[in-house]
Amino acid sequence: MGKRVGMEVSIAIAEAACQANVDVVAAYPITPQTHIVEHLSELVADGHLDAEFVPVESEHSAMSVCIGSSAAGARTFTSTSSQGLALMNEVVYIASSLRLPIVMVVANRSLSAPLSIWNDHSDAMSVRDTGWIQVFMENGQEAYDHVFWAYRVGEDRRVLTPVMIHIDGFILSHMVESLELVDDEIVKKYLPPFEPIHRLHPDKPVTMGAFALPELYTEAKKAQDEALKASWPVILQGWKEWGDLTGRYYRPVETYNLDGAEVALVTMGSMGETACEAADRMRAQGKRVGVVKIRLWRPFPFQEIRKALQGVKVAVVFDRCISFGGQGGPVASEVRAALYGESPRPRVVNFIGGLAGRDVSPGDFQNMVQEALSREDDRQENYKIYGVRE
Amino acid sequence: MAKPITQILWTELEPGCVIVEPGNAREYRTGDWRTMGHPKVDTERCVKCAQCYIFCPDAAIERTQEGYFLPNLYYCKGCGICAHECPVKCIEMVPEGE
Repeated sequence: MGKRVGMEVSIAIAEAACQANVDVVAAYPITPQTHIVEHLSELVADGHLDAEFVPVESEHSAMSVCIGSSAAGARTFTSTSSQGLALMNEVVYIASSLRLPIVMVVANRSLSAPLSIWNDHSDAMSVRDTGWIQVFMENGQEAYDHVFWAYRVGEDRRVLTPVMIHIDGFILSHMVESLELVDDEIVKKYLPPFEPIHRLHPDKPVTMGAFALPELYTEAKKAQDEALKASWPVILQGWKEWGDLTGRYYRPVETYNLDGAEVALVTMGSMGETACEAADRMRAQGKRVGVVKIRLWRPFPFQEIRKALQGVKVAVVFDRCISFGGQGGPVASEVRAALYGESPRPRVVNFIGGLAGRDVSPGDFQNMVQEALSREDDRQENYKIYGVRE
Repeated sequence: MAKPITQILWTELEPGCVIVEPGNAREYRTGDWRTMGHPKVDTERCVKCAQCYIFCPDAAIERTQEGYFLPNLYYCKGCGICAHECPVKCIEMVPEGE
């Protein structure tokens, strides 16, 4: 059995990267991610982790160093937030296109302007289509566990794709939580050494990142898309084996109290626990409310969403990011797309809230359910910004 | 390369589109970029000075056994730098087909 400790989630994530025995950490400090790489730099400096810690001059360089070292066959870790993620954007695409299994923890934070250091999902959604495997964590234990899972899945030769672990900034990153740390023996059993198919090595020269003519680019993107979709069984297998070793089983979508539910709250990230609290309160009042929590964001679990929402009358989807001039929230957009061909299908009501750290309480979720039930027609593009003063 | 580029299936690409065969850029026919014609060398006047060979940005000029320097039209993009640099003006840019 592992060791139960009270630990800040950022520190636990750094400890996980240390236990995963990463070879290279390249990062630039940015709130609210800083504690993660700060602790990793201490672990390297104090000799607990035999790795190269590269204190780069920007996030663009951080991801570039990660790409170079991963291409050379190194197990590579980085972490960032918000503007940092925005700055590294072009290289984030290159990491996945070159199929390099880098693991990046993103402590989610709103994007400027106005300048804000607090938590929402606007940074995550700016990299939605970068081709990385992406998960949203509900609590610190999940975040710690998923560092191992991310390497296990990403480095699998059937996958070879980078993995992004989203944790809500401050709400998770700075939370001191009761966590179970696993023994190194478990990690050894779970995580084989990284053996890439191709690596930059003088014994067998290869070219990575060359250009492709119009005659080949489409085939390259098709191959990448298929590879991401083909990660599905490896993702599930990675979760199953982690569960067998630790007792903690994970799934693409978690459901809570959905039996006979009329309304389902659909969330992603740490808001899941708040929504469950709200659902409990409403059940106590005799209202049939359950929760659907999306863990796997890319590849998106369309079938699991359809299954979870089968028989539900109203799905209240809570987004923490705006798609300006578009459909509202990115999560609602995917949920609506998943349900479009279903008959009958739940009415989808989309609320956007919790922007830049604005608190969302169980009472807020109760209000959303009430409002959703009082509304009649909800077109695809309808959404409401919850709690805005007007 | 075994296969022409237009026949490669997506399933046949290496992960990440890695190129495992070094030097295959030589198969890339840059000669089809030409729009301004191609260089024609008058070997009667050529003094074999190799200025064109040195200045060619694409290394598309090759030395013949006799020591003359002639463009390889598979690669030559027709930029005209060789004609411009030739000290005896023995290189003329002529329209395609001539």
